[in-house]
Parts: sequence; C-alpha cells; structure tokens
Amino acid sequence: MESDSNKIIGEFTQGDYKYGFVTDIDTEFAPRGLTEDTIRFISAKKQEPEFLLEFRLKAFRHWLTMTQPKWAHLHIDPINFQDIIYYAAPKKKHQLENLDQVDPDLLATFNKLGISLEEQKKLSGVAVDAVIDSVSVKTTFTETLSKYGIIFCSFSEAVLKHPNLVKQYMGSVVPYTDNFFASLNSAVFSDGSFCYIPKGVRCPVELSTYFRINAANTGQFERTLIVAEEGSYVSYMEGCTAPQRDENQLHAAIVEIVAMKDAEVKYSTVQNWYPGDKNGKGGIYNFVTKRGICKGSNAKISWTQVETGSAITWKYPSCILLGDNSVGEFYSVAVTNNHQQADTGTKMQHLGKNTRSTIISKGISAGKGNNSYRGLVRITKNAVNSRNYSQCDSLLLGSQCGAHTFPYIQVENKSSIVEHEATTSKISEDQLFYCQQRGIDMESAIGLIVNGYAKEVLKQLPMEFAVEAQKLLSISLEGSVG
Amino acid sequence: MLLSIKNLHASVQGKEILNGVNLEVNRGEVHAIMGPNGTGKSTLASVIAGREVFEMTSGEILYKGKNLQKLSVEERAREGIFLGFQYPVEIPGVSITNFMRTAVNEIRKYKGLDALSASEFIKMMEEKKKLVEITSNLTNRSVNEGFSGGEKKKNEIFQMAMLEPMLAILDETDSGLDIDALRIVANGVNKLRRPDNAFVVITHYQRLLDYIIPDYVHVLFEGKIVKSGGKELALELEERGYDWIKKEQVE
Ligand SMILES: Nc1ncnc2c1ncn2[C@@H]1O[C@H](COP(=O)(O)OP(=O)(O)OP(=O)(O)O)[C@@H](O)[C@H]1O
Ligand SMILES: [Mg+2]
Repeated sequence: MESDSNKIIGEFTQGDYKYGFVTDIDTEFAPRGLTEDTIRFISAKKQEPEFLLEFRLKAFRHWLTMTQPKWAHLHIDPINFQDIIYYAAPKKKHQLENLDQVDPDLLATFNKLGISLEEQKKLSGVAVDAVIDSVSVKTTFTETLSKYGIIFCSFSEAVLKHPNLVKQYMGSVVPYTDNFFASLNSAVFSDGSFCYIPKGVRCPVELSTYFRINAANTGQFERTLIVAEEGSYVSYMEGCTAPQRDENQLHAAIVEIVAMKDAEVKYSTVQNWYPGDKNGKGGIYNFVTKRGICKGSNAKISWTQVETGSAITWKYPSCILLGDNSVGEFYSVAVTNNHQQADTGTKMQHLGKNTRSTIISKGISAGKGNNSYRGLVRITKNAVNSRNYSQCDSLLLGSQCGAHTFPYIQVENKSSIVEHEATTSKISEDQLFYCQQRGIDMESAIGLIVNGYAKEVLKQLPMEFAVEAQKLLSISLEGSVG
Repeated sequence: MLLSIKNLHASVQGKEILNGVNLEVNRGEVHAIMGPNGTGKSTLASVIAGREVFEMTSGEILYKGKNLQKLSVEERAREGIFLGFQYPVEIPGVSITNFMRTAVNEIRKYKGLDALSASEFIKMMEEKKKLVEITSNLTNRSVNEGFSGGEKKKNEIFQMAMLEPMLAILDETDSGLDIDALRIVANGVNKLRRPDNAFVVITHYQRLLDYIIPDYVHVLFEGKIVKSGGKELALELEERGYDWIKKEQVE
C-alpha cells in the first residue's frame, strides 16, 4: 500500500514546467566574463554618476577576496563566473509612451503568462514596472503616483533622477560586503526597481514588478530599494516566471527595505522560475539577499513569499527590528519537486524594546525535492519584552523527498519570550480517498489539500496575487495521473 | 436493479475479510446492514466505493448494470455512489464551501454540465443546509477540522444532500449522535429518498431504524451476509444480540 501510493504520488508530481518558452527580443550584450572593465562597461552604458561606479568597483574588489559559500543542504555545481554575460538590454530606439510601442513579442510573452499590462492597469489598479532582461521596458501609473509624491521607477532611472536618495540608502541595509552573492550583485547589478513613499502617504495601489529572465546565459542581477518615510504605507509585489533553458542561469538579487517611524511595508513575492527538468537539468540558481530595517519606532515590515520555481533557492528575507515596538513578519510557502532544492527562512534581529516577530513557514516537498527551513531569531540584551512566534511546517508528498528544519534561537534577556513549533506531515491515503469519493480526481485533490495547508500564508497575499499563487501551487505539483 | 453484488470476496494485506457477500438493492429501497464489530461492514462499503487498499479477489459488483471494477474511485462517485464515512477525514485549511464546490463542479463536468457560478452554488448550499438543518458557520470551517463527532456526521449528511447520489451508503452515521442530531440525520435521509435512488444504512442500533424505515435488514457476520429479513429482524437483534446467529452458523 505504502509503495503503491508513493507510485501514484510520484507519477502525479512529475508535471512539466508549463511556462517554458523563449521570446526572441533583440538584445545587447556585455562581453562575456567579469573584470573591472566589465563593470566600467555596465556603468558607462547606464551613464551612471561617479559614486555608483566607485561603489561597484569597491564591491568587486571585495568580492575578489571572497569564496563561494558551501551549504550543508544544497548541492551546487561549480559556477564559472567568467562564463556569464553580466549585461543584456533590449536595444532601445526611443522612449516608449504607450503599449503600442512595446515589442509585440514582449507583449505576447506577457499574454502567455496571463499578465497583460493593459488589463492589469484597468482591472486591478496595479502599477506595473515590467523588467525584462535587466532594463525597464515600460513603467505605468508613474504619473498618478507622482501626485502623491511617490517615486516608483526603475533603479537606473532613480540613479539619474534621484541620485541623493540612492546614495543615501543603497547598501545601507545590505552592505556590499554582506555575502558572496550580495557583493557580486553590488558590483554588476543591471537594474531593478526603486520605490519611495513620502511621509504620511498611504500608497493607493499595489506596486508590482514582473521580473523575467530572458536572454540565454545572462546572469540576472536585480536590485530593489524601497524607502518608506515616517507614517507611510506601501504594499509591493514581485512575481517571476522564466522560459525553459538548458544551462543553469544565475540569479543573485538584492532587495533592501527601509521603514521609518510608524511606516509599514508589505513585500510579497511569487517566484516561479524554471526549476529544471525531471532529471534536474537546467533551472535557475536563485541566490537572493532580502533585508529590511524597521528604523523608527512602531515600524512594520512583512515578507510574504510563495516559492515554487528555481533549481536552487537560497534566500532569507530578514528584518532588523531597530525601532522600539517595531514588528517583523515572515510568511513563506516553498515547494520543491523533482530535483529542486530550497534553503530558505528568515532572520529576525530584535534590537529595540517591545519588538515582535512572527514566522510562518510552510515547506512542501515532492519527487526528489529537498526543502530546508533555516531561521534565526536573535533577541539582544536591550530588546526587553520582545516576542517571537515561529511555526515551521513541512508537508511531504512521497518518500523520496526531504524536509529539514534548522531554527537558531538566541535570547539575551529574561523578559522576552520565544515560541517555536514545528510539524511534519504527509498527505494521507485517507484524505485522498475522501476527496476522490466526492468525485474529485487525485490531481485536484492534491491541489486542494496543498492549498489548504498553505492557506495561512496565501491569505497574506494581495487578492489578485493570491489567486495566481493558488494556481501556481497546483501547477507546480501537477502531472500525469494514471 | 441498482446494485447487485455476487459472491464477493475481498482481502486487505493478504487477509480475507469478505468471503462471499451477496446483496441486491433496487431503486427506491432502504437496506440496513447490521453485525458485530469487525465483521466487514465498513470493508464492504469501501470495496463498493473502490478503495484501492482492499483487493477484490473474486465475485462481481454491478451498478446500474455496469461492472464497477473498471471504474476509479472518483468515477464511481460521479456515477452517483456516495459513502458517508464512519470516520470522516480532516482536511486542514480547506473550507467545506470550497471542497463541495470543487466536488459539485467535477461531477457536473463529468455529466457534461457547466460549472455552477459562485452565486448559484451559494444558493444551492443554503437550500441544502436548510434541508439538513445545519448551522451556517459549519460550512465556513475547514473540512471536519476540530468538528465534534456529531458535527462530522451531520456534515456527511450535508454533503450527501449536496451531491444527490443514486446510491448512498451510510456507515454508522448514527453513532455518536444525540437524540436531536439523530432525528436531523434521519430526516435528512427521508427527505432525500426518491423512487429512483437507494440507501444502504450500516448501523448497530435499531433506534435509527425507527426513523429510517428499512425495507430489508441484513446481518453481516464473518465476511458474509448470513441472515436477511424485514424491519422486525432489527428488533429481534436488539433483543437477543448476535449469539443466536453465531450458534445458527455453527450448526
Ligand atoms: N486497512 C486495513 N488493514 C488491515 N486490516 C484491516 C484494514 N481495514 C480493516 N481491517 C480489518 O478488517 C476487519 C473488518 O473491518 P471493518 O472495518 O470492515 O469492520 P466493521 O464491520 O465495519 O466493524 P465496526 O462495527 O467496528 O465498524 C477487521 O478485522 C479489521 O481490523
Ligand atoms: Mg465499520
């Protein structure tokens, strides 16, 4: 019976990646490989101010002194950093004014993904800053937002138009020395998003960026910076899909969030990059450094992520709770299927008094997938009366997959309370039979059960994103049943 | 004839549980199956529903004249077979509303009907809730999660009302119910009775049969139906227990 249900689940979970296609957009490449010249090339291409070139070169020189980290629960083939193209941009003819001017291939790609910019604009009131191969092609709603004094643009644009803000905050949360991949990103980052919410402003729409890796063999190095001034609020969404590729594509992004006194930032991610085929060939390497700082009192930063893609995922969206009474939250669903590996979690650094953090992590492993939760909760001596609640659940589909939980807890004062709960469960034959007896086939039953399991996290997502995420969860575990 | 079981043998993990069950159920009838613990009542229900852990070793089951063995669990369900579980299963995070909407629409798809819209579905659900006297907050909760024993059983009846089966097998749906709940469950069944459908009610208590009047009562003993009769057989069992049947078997 055991082996039988394993077989069924095995067959079931071997679905092929649905979003595997490549659009042919004219691309301009940097020379292959990485030297100071590459960095000067990128910086010159982007007409960057001197301070940024300096920042990049410092990061690069530091990176040269570092070695790629080794992790206990990830198996990574050596990456040849000299065999990567560090810059690729769609050839820009002139500034785009409306969607008609956008490359039709690009629009078709968005349509295949069900992301029509026009529809997004009309139906959901979402401002979309679409990033394809590192350079922003189209920014919408910028004008509406600017009425509120909100800046939402590509990182490159911010560098040119708001250099002082960039200079002040870039690298202030994730320094260029932070880790191997953060240093690399700081040296070669191509583009990304910049978002600034002025004092007291509630951003009236969900800000959204669809990232997409598109050119073969091009490392993707996004950089996002969000600054929320005192008493402001913003909800930011990031979603990704990628075309099918044979070679591993490296992705090393940085996201920095700064929340001042009484500000709130909600950052939601749905990540669906190509995970590699059934045998583990191809797929994206996703090494991301995401960190936010609650700088003032009563600030709040909330990370929500649904991770279904990538061959290897390595990311720990984290919060530094510096302001008194500040709040950090981390809600995560991570799926690993076939040969996917995920090592994800969060770090909550409690520095201010009465700071609170919540961690809800839901791992789902299928096939030969390996899923690790790694979390650090650190409550320093000064962070009196602080609290953390962590719940880490693992769901296993089949018996060849793995789930691991590594909670690290450091409490340096006596008045704080840390609670940690962990569970591991399987989809039982009882549950499947119950669903099937009601006329629901195995595939839908697993989708239903998995979405139920992940509900606590999914309900944190903005409405339209939640629907997409539910579909993704089912798709990522879908396959040919009997 | 709706259901015809001939000389059914079934085993689980190599152990034979059913050894030669014969049973015929016509449309419009209610059959009660009684018998001591562990004699194979739930096994019989599971085999009819097509649960894979139970292996049918010989015999045949015809439903609407078709050989059931060729159909998967969900196909049988879509063809109108409903099993009210003795131990309903919890599905955390999945609301009954969502669960039932998925089920109803899958069955409709199988029958070539369009999916119900959200508002049509809600309307249907309200009607059925009224029919089985279920309180509204139960349907917002996750399937069976944290339900009391009685709530789980009422929820099974609610699901039966939603799916409008042709053949409903209720496995000890009366166990663990208080008197009011018992009446609610029995009324639900009676309201759903039609000339073209049939019920097989597995129970230990004659009490239920005061509310749901069976056409036939069968005694399942050691994997076989050893005695069949009318409603009065249930009364006799209530009075005399199973010892006399065991003795009859030995003789
Ligand atoms: N999955 C299983 N694995 C092993 N044995 C099983 C399994 N399911 C049922 N059995 C055994 O089959 C026999 C019949 O069980 P069944 O549940 O059909 O009895 P029942 O007549 O419904 O009893 P009750 O009145 O207690 O509900 C029992 O001995 C039981 O232990
Ligand atoms: Mg039983």
